[in-house]
Amino acid sequence: MSDHNYVPESKVGKWFNDRLPLLSLGAHLREYPTPKNLNYWWTFGGILTFCLITQIVTGIVLAMHYVAHADLAFESVEKIMRDVNYGWLIRYIHSNGASMFFLAVYIHIFRSLFYGSYKSPRELIWIIGMIIYILMMAAAFMGYVLPWGQMSFWGATVITNLFSAIPLVGESIVTWLWGGYSVDNPTLNRFFSLHYLIPFLILGLVVLHIWALHVPGNNNPVGIDIKKPSKDTVPFHPYITVKDIFALLMFMIIFAGFVFFSPNVLGHSDNYIPANPMVTPAHIVPEWYLLPFYAILRSVPDKLGGVLLMFGALFVLIILPWLDTSKIRSAVFRPLYRQFFWILVIDVLALGYLGAMPAEGTYLFLARVSTVYYFLHFLVILPVLGFLEKTDPLPASISEPVLTGGLSTSAAKSDDIK
Amino acid sequence: MTLNRLIKLTLSILFVVLFSSKSFAAGSNIENLKVDWSFAGITGKFDRSSLQRGYQVYKEVCASCHSMQYLSFRNLGEKGGPEFSEEEVKAIAAGYEVNDGPNSDGEMFTRPGRASDKFVKPYPNVNAAMAANGGAYPPDLSVIVKARSGGANYIYSLLMGYEEKPADFVLDEGVYYNKYMEGNKIKMPAPLSDDLIEYSDGTKASLDQLSKDVTTFLTWAAEPHLEARHKTGTKVIIYLILLATLVYFSMKKIWLRVDSEK
Amino acid sequence: MSKQEDKKNRRDFLFTASYTVGAVGLGATIWPLIHQMNPDESVKALATTEVDVSQVAPGKSITVLWRGKPVFIKRRTPEEIAEVRAVDLKDLKDPQKDEDRAKNPEWLVMLGVCTHLGCVPLADKGDFKGWFCPCHGSHYDGSGRIRKGPAPVNMEIPEYEFVDSNTIKIG
Repeated sequence: MSDHNYVPESKVGKWFNDRLPLLSLGAHLREYPTPKNLNYWWTFGGILTFCLITQIVTGIVLAMHYVAHADLAFESVEKIMRDVNYGWLIRYIHSNGASMFFLAVYIHIFRSLFYGSYKSPRELIWIIGMIIYILMMAAAFMGYVLPWGQMSFWGATVITNLFSAIPLVGESIVTWLWGGYSVDNPTLNRFFSLHYLIPFLILGLVVLHIWALHVPGNNNPVGIDIKKPSKDTVPFHPYITVKDIFALLMFMIIFAGFVFFSPNVLGHSDNYIPANPMVTPAHIVPEWYLLPFYAILRSVPDKLGGVLLMFGALFVLIILPWLDTSKIRSAVFRPLYRQFFWILVIDVLALGYLGAMPAEGTYLFLARVSTVYYFLHFLVILPVLGFLEKTDPLPASISEPVLTGGLSTSAAKSDDIK
Repeated sequence: MTLNRLIKLTLSILFVVLFSSKSFAAGSNIENLKVDWSFAGITGKFDRSSLQRGYQVYKEVCASCHSMQYLSFRNLGEKGGPEFSEEEVKAIAAGYEVNDGPNSDGEMFTRPGRASDKFVKPYPNVNAAMAANGGAYPPDLSVIVKARSGGANYIYSLLMGYEEKPADFVLDEGVYYNKYMEGNKIKMPAPLSDDLIEYSDGTKASLDQLSKDVTTFLTWAAEPHLEARHKTGTKVIIYLILLATLVYFSMKKIWLRVDSEK
Repeated sequence: MSKQEDKKNRRDFLFTASYTVGAVGLGATIWPLIHQMNPDESVKALATTEVDVSQVAPGKSITVLWRGKPVFIKRRTPEEIAEVRAVDLKDLKDPQKDEDRAKNPEWLVMLGVCTHLGCVPLADKGDFKGWFCPCHGSHYDGSGRIRKGPAPVNMEIPEYEFVDSNTIKIG
């Protein structure tokens, strides 16, 4: 990992560093040459790290008070909310933290889509990121089951039943997942265990994600390869750290707004009703961040087909680096792709909205159209666009662009974004 | 790196969040009544006397069918709640017989309630509650305000929403018409009416007053730390803005070195 | 020159202020994470226990649970009281009069936890007609005072009061 020869000044430091080069790592992280034109969309990596750590810390605390038992889980959550010192604060941070985590990850993913950060030589960063995203969904889903309210119970029932669509072994798999013939205490117990495990897997993958990033270095709004270190780069510390911290504080203001002033607006009121295996709520909806996939699932009239298409929606993202045939990374220089990008954003938002609506009539029709367009974007438009699109000329470097002047390239970019 | 762009970024984040949260608005076909609650808003606080009256309504009316199993008598004296005095809480608790035991002879026994005891349930279990109420379980009211979309406004509307059924509306025996209930059919007969109870503080017990007070009480019961939450939240956000301002100017200074190089 | 220095000072001030305010916030964030492990409201509410002692015969004792620990309540006979009150304070490792330990001499109310490492001593055992801790061999007398063995101090007397002649409220 060390791309320079760092020698600690003190004797002790040198002794330590020769045996375990932690100080070299620290020096690398401080000096890591970063493109100087990164805009605020690039701060979400740091924000996501904050989200992960927040979830782990508050989660460990909640696990000190939570009881993973079907008869006691709901009560123990109420005890956390009422009696445990600052329990209400810690739980609301954790439950809203999940939403904030997904909000940040979606912005992070769409940033990557806009600026082509997934393209060579950064394919592995993207794929590791997608695995993190899938693990996040698993962790979030299992976490939502833990309070053992109505949505917990029925969400768990519906999602685990997805696996029953698998031919021949589906039913056995579902029984195995449940540890019984329905979602019950054994299910709750194993979900708790896995919910505790997954964040640490994510943490490990985040290390790999950043490691893989530090090999080629950051992409940037212009999307061109840069020499580093050079006039185009700045050391990570203090330039990027201070900017990341400022953006993080802005993010925390929004976060705090939810936690303190409308902590339940992102959840569903049915989850304050204790789980009842005999009554299904009238409207089962997953948490907002899973809605687009839920819409895709429901838009197919066939059980297995719906499940396959839903997982397919994730799979096309994983192979995206090879579906996009354009050599140009940044959408700033791709006039057509730029437009398709925004159509995709609208399409995904539409899927999210339709996922929360009843699957009938016009809603269902629109959900089907949106689903088709989603796959069309990745499987047809992107591969073809690479050959047909006439891209704008690229600047030679960040500092000396040929087209737009000076640092305003990055400003121009964010204007494109809004 | 202008503030302008930051505002845009913040707005777009808010847009996404609002868009996604708005999609949850459940499909009730009728708009709930709106009350200007004292606990709403970022500085909202409970009206202490309304909470105390609300507890009286719960105790004298609701409690004969509805449990509140996650509340304890001591909660009634805690900060941010009805704030009954310690003596009042003890007296309220002592007014109930609580099952305890086993004693040294292995027998269960009853004793007067203590502040640390949970609210006494009207029925020993769900089945008993259903049997006594024509098959309908009177839901536990501990978190009812959070367990219904529409929250406090919905609970208030429901209590105010009993009226004569439309002529062509068919109702079974033991089912009542309520304007705000989903499907308009409810198994709970109108629980409140003008002057149903006599308030100990002399307030006129109109249906509207009773409904408002008990809804306030139930809102506190569902969210006992609401006041602390609002207070802490205000401080946290002021702090974050202060720190963000400092960091913003620090950032400006630091980046000046790069921006001036060019 | 002085202008430059002035500029530098202002920058330093800005950074120092940012760091300080940031550190204060970090500290304030850590407090809830620590405080959540302290006893919660429901635990604190149960911190008093009322015990009916009307059934305890002279010379006998009962053990009740208070805050998760055993409390010995012993009804002492006049001989037992006379014996512990006659002890010379010089013979004690942790000198304390029985009069200070038992407000009502007939009743000894004492936390039944050995002050060495927290085991529960056995009643009517040991060399001093009191309690004996089987874990590491501490001997207590009929007033719960340490007489022999590794325990440093006498067994603790909790706060208690007689609500009426038959009821003791501990805590």
